[in-house]
Amino acid sequence: MEGLWDFLRSLHDAYGINLVQFYDSFERGRLLRGMWTTLELAALCVVLSVLIGIVGAWLQGSRFRVLKAVVQGYIQFFRNTPPLVQMYFFYFALGPQMPRVENEFGIAQPILGSFAWAVISLSFFAGAFNIEIFRSGVEAVQKSTVEAADSLGFSRWQIYRLVVLPLAIRVCLPALNNNLVNLIKTTTQAYAIAVPETLYVASQIWSDRINVFEMMVTLLTFYLLIVGIFVWFMTRVERALRVPGFGQ
Amino acid sequence: MRRLIGALAVGVVAALVGTTAAKADTLADIKKKGTLVVGVKADYPPWGMRDSSGNIVGMEPEMAADVAKRLGVKLELVAVVSSNRMQFLQQGKIDLMIATMSDTPERRKAVGIIDPVYYASGVAILANKKANIKGVGDLKGKPVCALQGAFYNNDLQAKYTGTDLVAFKGIPEAEQALLDGRCVGFVYDDVVLVWKKAQDKKWEGFDVVALPEWKPVPWGLAVKIEDVNSPWGKFMAETTKDWLKSGKLLELEKKWVGSNTKWLIDASAAAKK
Repeated sequence: MEGLWDFLRSLHDAYGINLVQFYDSFERGRLLRGMWTTLELAALCVVLSVLIGIVGAWLQGSRFRVLKAVVQGYIQFFRNTPPLVQMYFFYFALGPQMPRVENEFGIAQPILGSFAWAVISLSFFAGAFNIEIFRSGVEAVQKSTVEAADSLGFSRWQIYRLVVLPLAIRVCLPALNNNLVNLIKTTTQAYAIAVPETLYVASQIWSDRINVFEMMVTLLTFYLLIVGIFVWFMTRVERALRVPGFGQ
Repeated sequence: MRRLIGALAVGVVAALVGTTAAKADTLADIKKKGTLVVGVKADYPPWGMRDSSGNIVGMEPEMAADVAKRLGVKLELVAVVSSNRMQFLQQGKIDLMIATMSDTPERRKAVGIIDPVYYASGVAILANKKANIKGVGDLKGKPVCALQGAFYNNDLQAKYTGTDLVAFKGIPEAEQALLDGRCVGFVYDDVVLVWKKAQDKKWEGFDVVALPEWKPVPWGLAVKIEDVNSPWGKFMAETTKDWLKSGKLLELEKKWVGSNTKWLIDASAAAKK
Protein backbone atom coordinates (compact mmCIF):
# COMPACT_ATOMS: atom_id res chain seq x y z
CA MET A 1 0.00 0.00 0.00
CA GLU A 2 2.79 2.42 0.95
CA GLY A 3 4.22 1.93 -2.53
CA LEU A 4 0.98 3.09 -4.12
CA TRP A 5 0.83 6.20 -1.93
CA ASP A 6 4.44 7.02 -2.79
CA PHE A 7 3.63 6.62 -6.46
CA LEU A 8 0.66 9.00 -6.15
CA ARG A 9 2.85 11.45 -4.24
CA SER A 10 5.41 11.33 -7.03
CA LEU A 11 2.64 12.13 -9.54
CA HIS A 12 2.13 15.40 -7.68
CA ASP A 13 5.81 16.29 -7.71
CA ALA A 14 6.38 15.26 -11.32
CA TYR A 15 3.14 16.23 -13.11
CA GLY A 16 1.23 18.41 -10.66
CA ILE A 17 -1.55 15.83 -10.39
CA ASN A 18 -2.52 16.32 -6.76
CA LEU A 19 -4.19 13.17 -5.42
CA VAL A 20 -3.57 14.21 -1.83
CA GLN A 21 -6.96 12.73 -0.86
CA PHE A 22 -5.41 9.27 -1.31
CA TYR A 23 -1.76 9.50 -0.31
CA ASP A 24 -2.15 11.69 2.78
CA SER A 25 -3.39 9.50 5.62
CA PHE A 26 -5.45 12.27 7.27
CA GLU A 27 -7.25 13.23 4.04
CA ARG A 28 -7.68 9.58 3.06
CA GLY A 29 -9.14 8.79 6.47
CA ARG A 30 -11.77 11.47 6.31
CA LEU A 31 -12.61 10.81 2.66
CA LEU A 32 -13.18 7.11 3.42
CA ARG A 33 -15.29 8.00 6.45
CA GLY A 34 -17.26 10.37 4.22
CA MET A 35 -17.84 7.65 1.64
CA TRP A 36 -18.94 5.27 4.37
CA THR A 37 -21.38 7.90 5.66
CA THR A 38 -22.78 8.25 2.12
CA LEU A 39 -23.28 4.48 1.89
CA GLU A 40 -24.99 4.36 5.29
CA LEU A 41 -27.20 7.31 4.42
CA ALA A 42 -28.13 5.84 1.04
CA ALA A 43 -28.85 2.35 2.40
CA LEU A 44 -31.03 3.62 5.26
CA CYS A 45 -32.96 5.98 3.00
CA VAL A 46 -33.53 3.36 0.29
CA VAL A 47 -34.95 0.86 2.81
CA LEU A 48 -37.07 3.40 4.70
CA SER A 49 -38.44 5.05 1.56
CA VAL A 50 -39.47 1.68 0.07
CA LEU A 51 -41.23 0.80 3.33
CA ILE A 52 -43.01 4.16 3.29
CA GLY A 53 -44.00 3.50 -0.32
CA ILE A 54 -45.42 0.04 0.41
CA VAL A 55 -47.36 1.09 3.51
CA GLY A 56 -48.49 4.36 1.92
CA ALA A 57 -49.84 2.66 -1.20
CA TRP A 58 -51.77 0.23 1.01
CA LEU A 59 -53.22 3.08 3.09
CA GLN A 60 -54.26 4.82 -0.12
CA GLY A 61 -56.58 1.93 -0.85
CA SER A 62 -58.14 2.27 2.60
CA ARG A 63 -61.86 2.69 3.12
CA PHE A 64 -61.32 5.49 5.66
CA ARG A 65 -61.48 8.90 4.01
CA VAL A 66 -59.41 10.61 6.72
CA LEU A 67 -56.56 8.14 6.34
CA LYS A 68 -56.57 8.61 2.58
CA ALA A 69 -56.53 12.38 3.02
CA VAL A 70 -53.57 12.16 5.39
CA VAL A 71 -51.57 10.08 2.89
CA GLN A 72 -52.53 12.49 0.11
CA GLY A 73 -51.46 15.46 2.23
CA TYR A 74 -48.14 13.80 3.00
CA ILE A 75 -47.50 13.10 -0.68
CA GLN A 76 -48.33 16.66 -1.71
CA PHE A 77 -46.16 18.17 1.02
CA PHE A 78 -43.07 16.13 0.32
CA ARG A 79 -43.37 15.87 -3.42
CA ASN A 80 -44.00 19.57 -3.97
CA THR A 81 -41.15 21.01 -1.92
CA PRO A 82 -37.45 20.84 -2.84
CA PRO A 83 -35.47 18.29 -0.79
CA LEU A 84 -32.83 20.87 0.12
CA VAL A 85 -35.48 23.19 1.52
CA GLN A 86 -37.00 20.29 3.46
CA MET A 87 -33.63 19.47 4.93
CA TYR A 88 -33.03 23.07 6.03
CA PHE A 89 -36.57 23.20 7.41
CA PHE A 90 -36.17 20.02 9.42
CA TYR A 91 -32.72 20.80 10.74
CA PHE A 92 -33.03 24.53 11.47
CA ALA A 93 -36.77 25.07 12.00
CA LEU A 94 -38.18 21.81 13.34
CA GLY A 95 -35.01 20.43 14.95
CA PRO A 96 -34.62 23.08 17.67
CA GLN A 97 -38.29 22.58 18.68
CA MET A 98 -37.57 18.97 19.62
CA PRO A 99 -36.92 18.03 23.24
CA ARG A 100 -33.32 18.53 24.30
CA VAL A 101 -30.99 16.28 26.19
CA GLU A 102 -27.78 17.29 27.87
CA ASN A 103 -24.83 15.87 25.98
CA GLU A 104 -21.46 14.84 27.39
CA PHE A 105 -20.15 18.41 26.98
CA GLY A 106 -22.85 19.85 29.26
CA ILE A 107 -24.86 21.43 26.45
CA ALA A 108 -28.57 20.87 25.93
CA GLN A 109 -28.73 19.45 22.41
CA PRO A 110 -31.86 18.67 20.35
CA ILE A 111 -32.39 14.91 20.29
CA LEU A 112 -32.00 14.46 16.55
CA GLY A 113 -28.71 15.36 14.90
CA SER A 114 -27.92 16.26 11.31
CA PHE A 115 -27.52 12.64 10.16
CA ALA A 116 -30.91 11.66 11.62
CA TRP A 117 -32.61 14.64 9.99
CA ALA A 118 -30.99 13.86 6.66
CA VAL A 119 -32.30 10.27 6.86
CA ILE A 120 -35.79 11.45 7.81
CA SER A 121 -36.01 14.16 5.21
CA LEU A 122 -34.59 12.09 2.34
CA SER A 123 -36.66 9.00 3.19
CA PHE A 124 -39.88 10.99 3.40
CA PHE A 125 -39.06 12.81 0.18
CA ALA A 126 -38.36 9.66 -1.81
CA GLY A 127 -41.14 7.85 0.09
CA ALA A 128 -43.74 10.26 -1.27
CA PHE A 129 -42.70 9.37 -4.82
CA ASN A 130 -42.54 5.69 -3.94
CA ILE A 131 -46.17 5.69 -2.78
CA GLU A 132 -47.25 6.99 -6.18
CA ILE A 133 -44.98 4.48 -7.90
CA PHE A 134 -46.41 1.57 -5.92
CA ARG A 135 -49.92 2.88 -6.55
CA SER A 136 -49.27 2.69 -10.28
CA GLY A 137 -48.30 -0.96 -9.75
CA VAL A 138 -51.28 -1.69 -7.51
CA GLU A 139 -53.68 -0.19 -10.02
CA ALA A 140 -52.18 -2.32 -12.79
CA VAL A 141 -53.20 -5.52 -11.01
CA GLN A 142 -56.33 -6.99 -12.56
CA LYS A 143 -59.48 -6.41 -10.53
CA SER A 144 -60.55 -10.01 -11.19
CA THR A 145 -57.38 -11.26 -9.45
CA VAL A 146 -58.25 -9.25 -6.34
CA GLU A 147 -61.83 -10.46 -6.46
CA ALA A 148 -60.66 -14.07 -6.75
CA ALA A 149 -58.47 -13.66 -3.65
CA ASP A 150 -61.36 -11.97 -1.86
CA SER A 151 -63.70 -14.86 -2.64
CA LEU A 152 -61.11 -17.27 -1.23
CA GLY A 153 -61.51 -15.49 2.11
CA PHE A 154 -58.25 -13.47 2.23
CA SER A 155 -58.30 -10.36 4.45
CA ARG A 156 -57.58 -6.95 2.94
CA TRP A 157 -53.99 -6.89 4.27
CA GLN A 158 -53.45 -10.51 3.12
CA ILE A 159 -54.68 -9.68 -0.38
CA TYR A 160 -52.31 -6.71 -0.48
CA ARG A 161 -49.32 -8.60 0.92
CA LEU A 162 -49.72 -11.95 -0.85
CA VAL A 163 -51.42 -11.13 -4.13
CA VAL A 164 -51.40 -7.46 -5.12
CA LEU A 165 -47.96 -6.36 -3.93
CA PRO A 166 -45.93 -9.20 -5.50
CA LEU A 167 -47.54 -8.43 -8.85
CA ALA A 168 -47.41 -4.66 -8.36
CA ILE A 169 -43.69 -4.69 -7.57
CA ARG A 170 -42.95 -6.33 -10.89
CA VAL A 171 -44.86 -3.63 -12.74
CA CYS A 172 -43.33 -0.69 -10.90
CA LEU A 173 -39.72 -1.85 -10.53
CA PRO A 174 -38.34 0.24 -13.43
CA ALA A 175 -39.95 3.40 -12.06
CA LEU A 176 -38.88 2.49 -8.52
CA ASN A 177 -35.27 2.00 -9.62
CA ASN A 178 -35.31 5.42 -11.21
CA ASN A 179 -36.49 7.04 -8.02
CA LEU A 180 -34.03 5.16 -5.83
CA VAL A 181 -31.11 6.13 -8.08
CA ASN A 182 -32.26 9.73 -7.72
CA LEU A 183 -32.44 9.27 -3.97
CA ILE A 184 -28.86 8.02 -3.75
CA LYS A 185 -27.67 11.06 -5.68
CA THR A 186 -29.75 13.41 -3.54
CA THR A 187 -27.88 12.27 -0.40
CA THR A 188 -25.23 14.84 -1.43
CA GLN A 189 -27.61 17.56 -0.26
CA ALA A 190 -27.01 16.49 3.34
CA TYR A 191 -23.85 18.55 2.78
CA ALA A 192 -25.92 21.66 3.56
CA ILE A 193 -26.64 20.59 7.14
CA ALA A 194 -23.06 19.50 7.79
CA VAL A 195 -23.49 15.73 7.52
CA PRO A 196 -19.90 14.63 6.85
CA GLU A 197 -20.76 12.65 3.72
CA THR A 198 -18.63 12.40 0.57
CA LEU A 199 -19.39 15.79 -1.00
CA TYR A 200 -18.97 17.57 2.35
CA VAL A 201 -15.58 16.01 3.00
CA ALA A 202 -14.51 16.54 -0.61
CA SER A 203 -15.28 20.25 -0.43
CA GLN A 204 -13.23 20.52 2.77
CA ILE A 205 -10.33 18.82 1.04
CA TRP A 206 -10.47 20.87 -2.14
CA SER A 207 -10.66 24.16 -0.29
CA ASP A 208 -7.69 23.23 1.91
CA ARG A 209 -5.57 21.61 -0.79
CA ILE A 210 -6.72 23.57 -3.84
CA ASN A 211 -6.92 20.37 -5.91
CA VAL A 212 -10.40 21.15 -7.22
CA PHE A 213 -10.02 19.31 -10.53
CA GLU A 214 -8.75 16.07 -8.98
CA MET A 215 -11.46 16.12 -6.30
CA MET A 216 -14.20 16.65 -8.89
CA VAL A 217 -13.00 13.65 -10.86
CA THR A 218 -12.79 11.57 -7.67
CA LEU A 219 -16.30 12.58 -6.64
CA LEU A 220 -17.83 11.86 -10.03
CA THR A 221 -16.12 8.48 -10.23
CA PHE A 222 -17.31 7.56 -6.74
CA TYR A 223 -20.96 8.31 -7.47
CA LEU A 224 -20.77 6.69 -10.87
CA LEU A 225 -19.46 3.58 -9.15
CA ILE A 226 -21.95 3.30 -6.30
CA VAL A 227 -24.97 4.13 -8.46
CA GLY A 228 -23.64 1.70 -11.10
CA ILE A 229 -23.43 -1.11 -8.55
CA PHE A 230 -26.91 -0.31 -7.28
CA VAL A 231 -28.39 -0.31 -10.79
CA TRP A 232 -26.65 -3.61 -11.60
CA PHE A 233 -28.10 -5.13 -8.42
CA MET A 234 -31.61 -3.87 -9.13
CA THR A 235 -31.48 -5.19 -12.69
CA ARG A 236 -30.63 -8.61 -11.23
CA VAL A 237 -33.64 -8.31 -8.90
CA GLU A 238 -35.83 -7.29 -11.81
CA ARG A 239 -34.70 -10.30 -13.81
CA ALA A 240 -35.12 -12.69 -10.89
CA LEU A 241 -38.67 -11.50 -10.25
CA ARG A 242 -39.73 -11.74 -13.88
CA VAL A 243 -42.92 -13.73 -14.42
CA PRO A 244 -43.06 -14.92 -18.04
CA GLY A 245 -45.95 -13.31 -19.83
CA PHE A 246 -46.66 -10.76 -17.09
CA GLY A 247 -46.06 -7.09 -17.54
CA GLN A 248 -43.97 -7.58 -20.66
CA MET B 1 15.46 57.64 -38.99
CA ARG B 2 17.85 58.74 -36.29
CA ARG B 3 15.87 61.89 -35.87
CA LEU B 4 12.71 59.86 -35.53
CA ILE B 5 14.25 57.70 -32.81
CA GLY B 6 15.51 60.81 -31.09
CA ALA B 7 12.07 62.37 -31.20
CA LEU B 8 10.54 59.18 -29.83
CA ALA B 9 13.10 59.06 -27.03
CA VAL B 10 12.35 62.65 -26.08
CA GLY B 11 8.65 61.82 -26.15
CA VAL B 12 9.10 58.80 -23.93
CA VAL B 13 11.24 60.71 -21.47
CA ALA B 14 8.73 63.54 -21.43
CA ALA B 15 5.91 61.10 -20.82
CA LEU B 16 7.83 59.44 -18.01
CA VAL B 17 8.66 62.77 -16.40
CA GLY B 18 5.06 63.78 -16.85
CA THR B 19 3.71 60.70 -15.07
CA THR B 20 6.27 60.85 -12.29
CA ALA B 21 5.35 64.45 -11.74
CA ALA B 22 1.68 63.49 -11.59
CA LYS B 23 2.44 60.57 -9.26
CA ALA B 24 4.39 62.59 -6.82
CA ASP B 25 1.59 65.08 -6.63
CA THR B 26 -1.32 62.95 -5.42
CA LEU B 27 -1.26 64.77 -2.08
CA ALA B 28 -1.21 68.16 -3.81
CA ASP B 29 -3.93 66.97 -6.21
CA ILE B 30 -6.23 66.00 -3.36
CA LYS B 31 -5.72 69.38 -1.72
CA LYS B 32 -6.28 71.15 -5.04
CA LYS B 33 -9.56 69.40 -5.84
CA GLY B 34 -10.65 69.83 -2.22
CA THR B 35 -12.03 66.29 -1.95
CA LEU B 36 -10.58 63.06 -0.65
CA VAL B 37 -12.13 59.95 -2.20
CA VAL B 38 -11.85 56.87 0.02
CA GLY B 39 -12.97 53.33 -0.78
CA VAL B 40 -14.53 51.58 2.22
CA LYS B 41 -16.68 48.51 2.77
CA ALA B 42 -20.42 48.91 3.10
CA ASP B 43 -21.15 45.24 3.77
CA TYR B 44 -18.86 44.43 6.66
CA PRO B 45 -20.29 45.68 9.94
CA PRO B 46 -19.09 47.28 12.08
CA TRP B 47 -16.05 48.26 9.98
CA GLY B 48 -18.14 49.57 7.13
CA MET B 49 -21.93 49.39 6.83
CA ARG B 50 -24.94 51.48 5.87
CA ASP B 51 -27.08 53.20 8.48
CA SER B 52 -30.87 53.46 8.24
CA SER B 53 -30.67 56.47 5.91
CA GLY B 54 -28.23 54.77 3.56
CA ASN B 55 -25.03 56.55 4.62
CA ILE B 56 -21.86 54.52 4.96
CA VAL B 57 -20.79 54.46 8.61
CA GLY B 58 -18.43 52.40 10.72
CA MET B 59 -14.92 52.27 12.04
CA GLU B 60 -13.18 52.62 8.69
CA PRO B 61 -15.38 55.48 7.38
CA GLU B 62 -14.55 57.32 10.58
CA MET B 63 -10.85 56.77 9.96
CA ALA B 64 -11.37 58.17 6.45
CA ALA B 65 -13.13 61.20 7.91
CA ASP B 66 -10.13 61.80 10.17
CA VAL B 67 -7.78 61.77 7.17
CA ALA B 68 -9.98 64.34 5.39
CA LYS B 69 -10.00 66.51 8.51
CA ARG B 70 -6.22 66.42 8.76
CA LEU B 71 -5.97 67.49 5.09
CA GLY B 72 -8.67 70.10 5.45
CA VAL B 73 -10.69 68.73 2.51
CA LYS B 74 -14.14 67.28 2.00
CA LEU B 75 -14.64 63.52 2.23
CA GLU B 76 -16.28 61.34 -0.38
CA LEU B 77 -16.85 57.68 0.50
CA VAL B 78 -17.10 55.02 -2.22
CA ALA B 79 -18.44 51.57 -1.35
CA VAL B 80 -16.05 48.84 -2.52
CA VAL B 81 -16.17 45.06 -2.21
CA SER B 82 -13.30 42.61 -1.83
CA SER B 83 -13.30 41.71 -5.51
CA ASN B 84 -12.96 45.27 -6.86
CA ARG B 85 -11.22 47.28 -4.15
CA MET B 86 -7.71 46.99 -5.62
CA GLN B 87 -8.91 47.78 -9.15
CA PHE B 88 -10.68 50.94 -7.90
CA LEU B 89 -7.36 52.10 -6.49
CA GLN B 90 -5.33 51.18 -9.59
CA GLN B 91 -7.79 52.98 -11.88
CA GLY B 92 -7.67 56.12 -9.74
CA LYS B 93 -11.35 55.96 -8.80
CA ILE B 94 -10.30 56.30 -5.18
CA ASP B 95 -7.31 58.02 -3.55
CA LEU B 96 -7.18 55.75 -0.54
CA MET B 97 -8.53 52.34 0.39
CA ILE B 98 -9.45 51.37 3.94
CA ALA B 99 -11.45 48.22 3.32
CA THR B 100 -10.65 45.39 5.79
CA MET B 101 -7.97 44.13 3.42
CA SER B 102 -5.59 41.46 4.69
CA ASP B 103 -1.96 42.25 4.02
CA THR B 104 -0.38 39.60 1.75
CA PRO B 105 2.81 39.58 -0.36
CA GLU B 106 0.75 39.19 -3.58
CA ARG B 107 -1.36 42.22 -2.74
CA ARG B 108 1.75 44.24 -1.95
CA LYS B 109 2.73 43.77 -5.61
CA ALA B 110 -0.58 45.25 -6.80
CA VAL B 111 -1.26 48.15 -4.44
CA GLY B 112 0.75 50.27 -2.04
CA ILE B 113 0.03 48.88 1.39
CA ILE B 114 1.05 51.43 4.02
CA ASP B 115 3.30 50.50 6.94
CA PRO B 116 2.47 50.28 9.77
CA VAL B 117 -0.70 48.23 9.32
CA TYR B 118 -3.66 49.55 11.30
CA TYR B 119 -5.48 46.41 12.38
CA ALA B 120 -5.35 42.62 12.49
CA SER B 121 -7.78 39.81 12.93
CA GLY B 122 -6.92 36.51 14.55
CA VAL B 123 -8.88 33.33 15.06
CA ALA B 124 -11.13 32.77 18.05
CA ILE B 125 -13.93 30.51 19.17
CA LEU B 126 -17.30 31.73 20.35
CA ALA B 127 -17.77 28.96 22.90
CA ASN B 128 -20.72 27.82 24.94
CA LYS B 129 -19.85 28.61 28.59
CA LYS B 130 -21.21 25.24 29.68
CA ALA B 131 -18.61 23.45 27.59
CA ASN B 132 -15.87 25.21 29.56
CA ILE B 133 -13.48 25.77 26.66
CA LYS B 134 -10.24 27.58 27.52
CA GLY B 135 -8.26 26.88 24.36
CA VAL B 136 -7.75 24.43 21.51
CA GLY B 137 -6.67 21.77 24.01
CA ASP B 138 -10.27 21.51 25.19
CA LEU B 139 -11.69 20.76 21.74
CA LYS B 140 -10.60 17.14 21.41
CA GLY B 141 -13.44 14.93 20.19
CA LYS B 142 -15.99 17.74 20.38
CA PRO B 143 -18.27 19.04 17.63
CA VAL B 144 -17.06 22.48 16.54
CA CYS B 145 -18.98 24.73 14.15
CA ALA B 146 -17.05 26.46 11.38
CA LEU B 147 -17.37 27.98 7.93
CA GLN B 148 -16.69 25.80 4.90
CA GLY B 149 -13.44 26.84 3.25
CA ALA B 150 -11.86 28.74 6.16
CA PHE B 151 -8.05 28.49 6.10
CA TYR B 152 -7.74 27.04 9.60
CA ASN B 153 -10.31 24.22 9.22
CA ASN B 154 -7.78 21.61 8.15
CA ASP B 155 -5.39 22.33 11.05
CA LEU B 156 -8.24 22.52 13.51
CA GLN B 157 -9.50 19.07 12.62
CA ALA B 158 -6.15 17.37 12.05
CA LYS B 159 -4.41 18.67 15.17
CA TYR B 160 -7.10 19.50 17.70
CA THR B 161 -10.66 18.18 17.34
CA GLY B 162 -9.85 14.88 15.65
CA THR B 163 -13.48 14.60 14.50
CA ASP B 164 -15.29 16.11 11.55
CA LEU B 165 -16.12 19.80 11.93
CA VAL B 166 -19.72 20.95 11.72
CA ALA B 167 -19.04 23.36 8.86
CA PHE B 168 -21.68 25.37 7.04
CA LYS B 169 -21.81 27.58 3.95
CA GLY B 170 -22.74 30.78 5.74
CA ILE B 171 -22.33 32.51 9.10
CA PRO B 172 -26.08 32.51 9.96
CA GLU B 173 -26.30 28.70 9.69
CA ALA B 174 -23.22 28.21 11.85
CA GLU B 175 -24.59 30.65 14.45
CA GLN B 176 -27.96 28.91 14.49
CA ALA B 177 -26.34 25.51 14.96
CA LEU B 178 -24.29 26.94 17.85
CA LEU B 179 -27.40 28.43 19.49
CA ASP B 180 -29.24 25.13 19.01
CA GLY B 181 -26.53 23.32 20.95
CA ARG B 182 -25.27 21.33 17.99
CA CYS B 183 -21.65 22.31 18.63
CA VAL B 184 -19.59 23.56 21.56
CA GLY B 185 -18.38 26.67 19.73
CA PHE B 186 -18.03 28.52 16.45
CA VAL B 187 -14.51 29.18 15.17
CA TYR B 188 -14.18 32.41 13.15
CA ASP B 189 -12.35 35.77 12.91
CA ASP B 190 -11.90 37.03 16.47
CA VAL B 191 -12.82 40.65 15.73
CA VAL B 192 -16.15 39.65 14.21
CA LEU B 193 -16.95 37.36 17.14
CA VAL B 194 -16.06 40.07 19.68
CA TRP B 195 -18.39 42.45 17.88
CA LYS B 196 -21.20 39.91 17.63
CA LYS B 197 -20.98 39.11 21.32
CA ALA B 198 -21.01 42.79 22.34
CA GLN B 199 -23.87 43.58 20.02
CA ASP B 200 -26.41 40.85 20.71
CA LYS B 201 -27.83 39.60 24.00
CA LYS B 202 -28.38 36.11 22.63
CA TRP B 203 -24.65 35.43 23.11
CA GLU B 204 -24.75 35.94 26.88
CA GLY B 205 -24.11 32.28 27.57
CA PHE B 206 -21.06 32.31 25.28
CA ASP B 207 -17.45 33.47 25.59
CA VAL B 208 -15.00 34.59 22.93
CA VAL B 209 -11.84 32.56 23.53
CA ALA B 210 -8.77 33.58 21.52
CA LEU B 211 -6.96 30.79 19.66
CA PRO B 212 -3.37 32.10 19.40
CA GLU B 213 -2.36 28.91 17.54
CA TRP B 214 -3.20 30.87 14.39
CA LYS B 215 -1.24 34.12 13.97
CA PRO B 216 -3.27 37.31 13.50
CA VAL B 217 -3.54 38.43 9.87
CA PRO B 218 -2.79 42.16 9.55
CA TRP B 219 -5.12 44.52 7.68
CA GLY B 220 -3.47 47.23 5.62
CA LEU B 221 -4.81 50.46 4.18
CA ALA B 222 -3.53 51.18 0.71
CA VAL B 223 -2.71 53.85 -1.83
CA LYS B 224 -1.68 53.37 -5.48
CA ILE B 225 1.48 51.33 -5.72
CA GLU B 226 3.48 54.24 -7.17
CA ASP B 227 2.33 56.45 -4.28
CA VAL B 228 3.84 54.39 -1.47
CA ASN B 229 6.96 56.52 -1.21
CA SER B 230 5.42 59.77 -2.41
CA PRO B 231 4.36 62.54 0.00
CA TRP B 232 0.85 61.00 -0.05
CA GLY B 233 2.07 57.56 1.04
CA LYS B 234 4.33 59.12 3.67
CA PHE B 235 1.45 61.24 4.92
CA MET B 236 -0.70 58.11 5.37
CA ALA B 237 2.14 56.25 7.12
CA GLU B 238 2.52 59.19 9.55
CA THR B 239 -1.24 59.34 10.06
CA THR B 240 -1.44 55.61 10.85
CA LYS B 241 1.47 55.92 13.28
CA ASP B 242 -0.28 58.80 14.98
CA TRP B 243 -3.57 56.84 15.15
CA LEU B 244 -1.77 54.04 16.95
CA LYS B 245 0.27 56.35 19.21
CA SER B 246 -2.60 58.62 20.22
CA GLY B 247 -4.95 55.74 20.92
CA LYS B 248 -7.35 56.96 18.21
CA LEU B 249 -7.76 53.45 16.80
CA LEU B 250 -8.38 51.98 20.26
CA GLU B 251 -11.03 54.61 20.80
CA LEU B 252 -12.68 53.88 17.43
CA GLU B 253 -12.54 50.13 18.01
CA LYS B 254 -14.12 50.57 21.42
CA LYS B 255 -16.86 52.69 19.88
CA TRP B 256 -17.67 50.45 16.92
CA VAL B 257 -16.59 46.92 17.84
CA GLY B 258 -17.45 47.14 21.53
CA SER B 259 -14.13 46.22 23.11
CA ASN B 260 -10.44 46.20 22.27
CA THR B 261 -8.57 43.32 20.70
CA LYS B 262 -5.22 42.19 22.02
CA TRP B 263 -3.44 42.92 18.74
CA LEU B 264 -4.50 46.58 18.71
CA ILE B 265 -3.68 47.10 22.40
CA ASP B 266 -0.19 45.66 21.80
CA ALA B 267 0.35 47.59 18.55
CA SER B 268 -0.70 50.87 20.19
CA ALA B 269 1.59 50.27 23.16
CA ALA B 270 4.49 49.47 20.79
CA ALA B 271 3.87 52.67 18.81
CA LYS B 272 4.14 54.79 21.96
CA LYS B 273 7.69 53.60 22.64
